[in-house]
Amino acid sequence: MQKKASKKSPGGVTRRDFIKGMGSGAIGTAVLPPLFGQTIATKKGRVPVYEKKTIALAVNGRKVEVEVAANETLLDVLRDRLDLTGSKKVCDRGECGGCTVHLDGEPVYACMTLAIRTDGRAVRTIEGLAEGDRLHPVQEAFIEEDGYQCGFCTPGFIMSASAFLAGNPAPSLDEIKQALSGNLCRCANYAKIYGAVEAAARKMRGA
Amino acid sequence: MNSRQYQAETRGEEAAAQARPAKATAAAPAPEAEAPEYRHIGKSTSRIDGREIVTGRARYTHDIKLRGMLSGKILRSPRAAAEIVSIDLAPALAVPGVKAALKLAEGKVRYAGQQVAAVAAVDEKTAEKALALIKVAYKALPHVVDWERARDASAPQVRDGRPNVEEINTYSRGDVEKGFAEAEVTVERTYRTGFETHHPTETHGSVASWDGGRLTVYDSTQNVHSVRDALARALKVPAADVTVIKNYMGGGFGSKLGLNDYTVVAAILARESGRPVKILLSRRDNAVCVGYRPSSRQTYKLGAKKDGTLTAIRLTNTASGGLGAGDDVAEPAVDIYKCPNCQVFEETVYTNTGASRAMRAPGHTQGAFGLEGALDELAAALDLDPLELRRKNYSTRNRGDTGLPYSSKGLDKCYELGARAIGWERRNRRPGEGSGTGPWRRGLGVASSIWFGAGAPGTLADVVLYPDMSVEVVCGTQDIGCGTRTHMAVVAAETLGLEPKDITVRLGNSDYPWAPGSGGSQTTPSVAPAVRDAALKAAERLKAIAAARLKIDPGDVVMADRKFASKGDPAKSAAFADVYRDLRRETVFHGERSGMPTDAFAFNTFGAHFAEVEVNVETGQVRVLRYAAVQDSGRIVNRLTAESQVVGGVTQGLSAGLFEERIMDDATGNPVNPNLRDYKIATSLDVPEITVLFADVFDPRTNNLGVKGLGEPARVPGSAAVANAVYNAIGVHVGEIPMTPPRVLEALKRKEARS
Repeated sequence: MQKKASKKSPGGVTRRDFIKGMGSGAIGTAVLPPLFGQTIATKKGRVPVYEKKTIALAVNGRKVEVEVAANETLLDVLRDRLDLTGSKKVCDRGECGGCTVHLDGEPVYACMTLAIRTDGRAVRTIEGLAEGDRLHPVQEAFIEEDGYQCGFCTPGFIMSASAFLAGNPAPSLDEIKQALSGNLCRCANYAKIYGAVEAAARKMRGA
Repeated sequence: MNSRQYQAETRGEEAAAQARPAKATAAAPAPEAEAPEYRHIGKSTSRIDGREIVTGRARYTHDIKLRGMLSGKILRSPRAAAEIVSIDLAPALAVPGVKAALKLAEGKVRYAGQQVAAVAAVDEKTAEKALALIKVAYKALPHVVDWERARDASAPQVRDGRPNVEEINTYSRGDVEKGFAEAEVTVERTYRTGFETHHPTETHGSVASWDGGRLTVYDSTQNVHSVRDALARALKVPAADVTVIKNYMGGGFGSKLGLNDYTVVAAILARESGRPVKILLSRRDNAVCVGYRPSSRQTYKLGAKKDGTLTAIRLTNTASGGLGAGDDVAEPAVDIYKCPNCQVFEETVYTNTGASRAMRAPGHTQGAFGLEGALDELAAALDLDPLELRRKNYSTRNRGDTGLPYSSKGLDKCYELGARAIGWERRNRRPGEGSGTGPWRRGLGVASSIWFGAGAPGTLADVVLYPDMSVEVVCGTQDIGCGTRTHMAVVAAETLGLEPKDITVRLGNSDYPWAPGSGGSQTTPSVAPAVRDAALKAAERLKAIAAARLKIDPGDVVMADRKFASKGDPAKSAAFADVYRDLRRETVFHGERSGMPTDAFAFNTFGAHFAEVEVNVETGQVRVLRYAAVQDSGRIVNRLTAESQVVGGVTQGLSAGLFEERIMDDATGNPVNPNLRDYKIATSLDVPEITVLFADVFDPRTNNLGVKGLGEPARVPGSAAVANAVYNAIGVHVGEIPMTPPRVLEALKRKEARS
């Protein structure tokens, strides 16, 4: 699914391409001095504790370097530093899916993902889902089927749905409902939303 | 804000509208026999702002970022009642990066969550750090959070010198005692509804920015004009120097109808610091400080003849809305069914919790749950089909068939369409005779609704024509997710012979022509007729220009296929582009929504919802299997967005009926479930198959398009229909929402004890 998603994502950069593009030097060494030089024990041995670190990631196919605090979430980095405000902060604790983005093709809650853990990885947000002016079929279907009301949860739903359909192109209605159950819509337009995802699946299959 | 305040606000807006020059209000449209056929109105048009939304480009208040903008944070009282002894801001002001700090409370705080102090700092983390350093000395005072305990004479007084219990509504017509004496069957039952929280996905928030003496506020609000006016009063600046902007909003459901205290704080912090300030409430703040639907405990006594004719309705209700008044829930009981004798008494209980606010169809969702439940229990006592009982007492005038005639009422059509769609004949003839497999029992239920939603006279809109054939529609309304932008484009396109995508829509700005708040289901029936009025004037001008160009009489000009042509000689025609060019400059046409003959008719919206459920009698779990919702909201402007309104209303109704309840810790006055995990709302897994139908009743008396509101009507009967279906399945009415599994099992125990 991961591979498929990154392959299919329009104008996308696979993780492998990205790492190649960055060059190996940039990733290992672009770190600030560890906090008081401390280290902590992990399964992979002792690792330094950072207060801040400069991470390098691909966001919507563009290389970005940004200095992040150790406790900063990917959502805050996207919204506050990179001006990508399409991902929304609704609950800020992994309950609602309003901040869903693709991390190496997999849907994740950006509010529950520490930015520092995305070093060297590929992030796709709602702003990077369309290929230029050509919308992703899920985006088209949300417009055609009216799969939204206020639209605040919509980016999260679309990112969940697009990642899901990349791995399951012909889902049943129950599978769609299951796949979207991590996203909340307070306008409660779910019936229209899963109708949009069904329509998108048909579009993507060329049916 | 409670429903009465909310009604008062609506009336205030109507009064304001009446005070305007009554140019257009004098001429109510002459009723036409039937609805004309339109190209766009009543059809399905996808939203013109869809692309912005699905690409993440739509800018919500949360997304606003201004140069030099500070983050504002508010310190809130952790105590439900206390005397503020002192507030020391100095340690906060000493933190590098803090640019301003304010004291917000003196004297007493009366709920846990009340504003105490605020800071503005260069970023959120600095503001939070500074907030934690503010020293507040509280002297604890006794408090009461549980409304049943607040009724006791010994309970602490919530408001100084005023009782905790106050009457909010009484109503009487006919003679209920006589009515009960005439009755052959009476039932008396009590129904309870809990505290339901709005929880819009976008938490409340504002961004305030001064430019000299001019203030611009980006606010997540349902009412840019009333926020502008109230903010100007609070800051003692001219309303003309304040602009409130709301482009997109992540839900409100009534909690964002007026000025909020944090908006004033943002404006003051911005003035003191000389920089823009953004204040966003946390999810927890949103659960505590910005309202919820008040609770109710309603007791209905219904009297009827054996054939089902109602002879008397008595309702007593105790509501609680914390520091605000609870909702008056009596409207359904007073209005919807034919009954000569009716008596209502309602009171509210004050407690040390934040004030309730209007929530999508305030009072009516609670009232429908109680009244419709009582009707089903009466139907069982009479051994009648619940739908027949409703039809038997059908009214065509308000106030239980004793008042004004309804301008139109398609509830009978709703019953017919809905019964067919759900397969009403499949219901259990008697409640509890539900068949099913294993522990599951099936049942069907129905509930009716009445709501307002005729729109606000005096609403203004402009249509601007440009010589390059671009067309702009401008109105100071707001699109809160109902598709208002698209509705404006549809009406303008229809009238001007264009396509909705040709129209540029501007809204969500208090500098634009006046429109009411987006509440009370009044947006579309206020705005669409105003746009129609302006666009008709624009079309007249274009026809006059075309007539001059073609050297024919303006009355001879017809508009079709992007051309103006002579009716008599279709070969004589002028392309739109040429006629628009003849305008030579942009030209503005002002439109206004006219008045209605409210002295002669009652203007209401109606609906009937049918639910089929499955109840597990061993675990108490309820599953909604199928649902049919039929609405009479006059003419539908856009079927696509209208269906979404109904789907959302239905799902919120079942969510409130089965899951939603704010639970308070009575000892401290803090909520136990102030987040989206512990406060349960419906997810995609809880949604049944929903059939949405419209009665399409044409009501030309309402406005020039015959459109009425839909948002709230679709929300009213949901919990009631599901509860009645559960009753039909298991033979006992749960009597309380949310119908959690323990409550369903309790109800089954009561049933066992009775038999």
